[in-house]
Amino acid sequence: MTPFQHLLSLSARILFLLTVLIFIAHPKQSRAIEVDLSSHLVAITAGFSGDKILLFGSINSPGEVLVVVRGPDADFKMHRKEQVAGIWMNTATMRFEKIPSFYAIAGTGPLEEIASPTTRALNGIGFDHIGLELPVTKAAGGIAEQWKDSLLRNLLRAGNYQLASAEIVFLGEHLFKTEFELPANVPTGSYSVSVYHLREGQIIDARTTPLSVSKIGVEAEIYDYAHHQGTMYGILAIVIALVSGWMGHLAFRKG
Amino acid sequence: MQIYLPIAEISVDIILLLAMGGGVGFLSGLFGVGGGFLMTPILILVGVPPAVAVATQANNVIASSVSGVFAHWKRGNVDFLMGWILLAGGFIGSTVGVGIFTLLKNLGQIDLVINLCYVIFLGTIGLLMMLEGIKAVSHRRKTGGARRGKLHEHNWFHGLPLKMRFRKSRLYISALLPLGIGFFVGILSAIMGVGGGFILVPAMIYMLGMPTAMVIGTSLFQIIFVAANVTFLQAMQNQTVDIVLALLLLVGSVLGAQFGTRIGAKMQGDWLRLLLGVLVVMVCGKLFLDLLVTPADFYSLEMVR
Repeated sequence: MTPFQHLLSLSARILFLLTVLIFIAHPKQSRAIEVDLSSHLVAITAGFSGDKILLFGSINSPGEVLVVVRGPDADFKMHRKEQVAGIWMNTATMRFEKIPSFYAIAGTGPLEEIASPTTRALNGIGFDHIGLELPVTKAAGGIAEQWKDSLLRNLLRAGNYQLASAEIVFLGEHLFKTEFELPANVPTGSYSVSVYHLREGQIIDARTTPLSVSKIGVEAEIYDYAHHQGTMYGILAIVIALVSGWMGHLAFRKG
Repeated sequence: MQIYLPIAEISVDIILLLAMGGGVGFLSGLFGVGGGFLMTPILILVGVPPAVAVATQANNVIASSVSGVFAHWKRGNVDFLMGWILLAGGFIGSTVGVGIFTLLKNLGQIDLVINLCYVIFLGTIGLLMMLEGIKAVSHRRKTGGARRGKLHEHNWFHGLPLKMRFRKSRLYISALLPLGIGFFVGILSAIMGVGGGFILVPAMIYMLGMPTAMVIGTSLFQIIFVAANVTFLQAMQNQTVDIVLALLLLVGSVLGAQFGTRIGAKMQGDWLRLLLGVLVVMVCGKLFLDLLVTPADFYSLEMVR
């Protein structure tokens, strides 16, 4: 962390503290933001092919709204292909550690217009502020930039990252709704859905609500069994194959 | 109707999976081959991660080989002594192969190596099969007679030590030979997700000089165990065997194979060989093109847990 970033994060904390103090000082005032999701649990079952989550919320004064959905951190590997003797093969690999496995933004307007650069930097909003940059020890300058751009491009293409500005719809003066889509290969884990109320590029209130994505039922049991009881799972797979092969033989003989 | 595959972690149309199993099963029944060489590339094409496709297909090979071996066993067409020796080599080979697979996966080169193995080994066999088929078909047109089988030849490898007598196959050859062939095919079957019949069968006929009648039953016998070893090791080391996917493919392939076998029985062997050769060359050609064509994005992504 550079001294500048340090200062920023320090001032962010002070700002947060001030906000909290203001709210404590005005107990009469109701919560500025109310938020709820159509579901706090996304269950990946046998029929899962992606899901839509509906978000409803209200603000009690005019302003812009920004919704950020962030998935659990994960490690990603990027491969770069190059032509070697006429054949395209991976010649370089870069590992990105602890970056969000899912990141979606929706806003009442384009992100750059409704949130000031400082606000975005302080609160870690937007693809420039979620730690996609490589440490200088791994790659520097233009090379690092290329890796980062390609990572972002691939994550956007895969649906892990989504940038859908101006997707928030107001139903009347205070009530708003938005929808975000979880792809079929959505990473499992604990998500956070943050709703920001902004005015003139500054955050005046924020609210975060949890969202859990997990495998449920038979699918989850098979996955857990495969990963924790690999030996037994392997034997089971072999037995199933042997039995079904034998049954196939019987069917053949009769037919 | 979509189904979520728990290990592959993707959602695939259940009808598509059944159709794939049925189609490949039909062809494998028609040509009397395992079909792994078709299924693995198709699975990868549908979006199943290559590691999962290869390991799950190994699991499938067990089932199709078991259902095939019974008939040959009853006719006495399994040389068990030869089978066990091939198997010993196959066990070591497939264990080494799964190790290589894990290593290549970590290096990010597994997709390339799978593709290259297909193009080189399967492509060569397919090309040979196609040429031989063309020759046989045109030959028969000219003379109207049956083609004469290849004679048993003596090569340098018949001079290797550790000679053994194989009564069933009427052979007196070095045990190192089947051991080596089993080892090599074991490595390939672990990396490519195939039974290895397409290499094993020609090797047994041309290198070992086994009677053709013995070859299919004996190779199926040893493939069962090698595939079981691959399945077990992949499940244990890489957690890449998807039981749900394997079962769905199985249902289709058992049914498809029944139709294939019936139609195959009505067709001439030379034509079948020619068609199979064309099919194999097409699959390999597609894989080879994939290696040559400039990718849309030079960068690719992989999530690490």
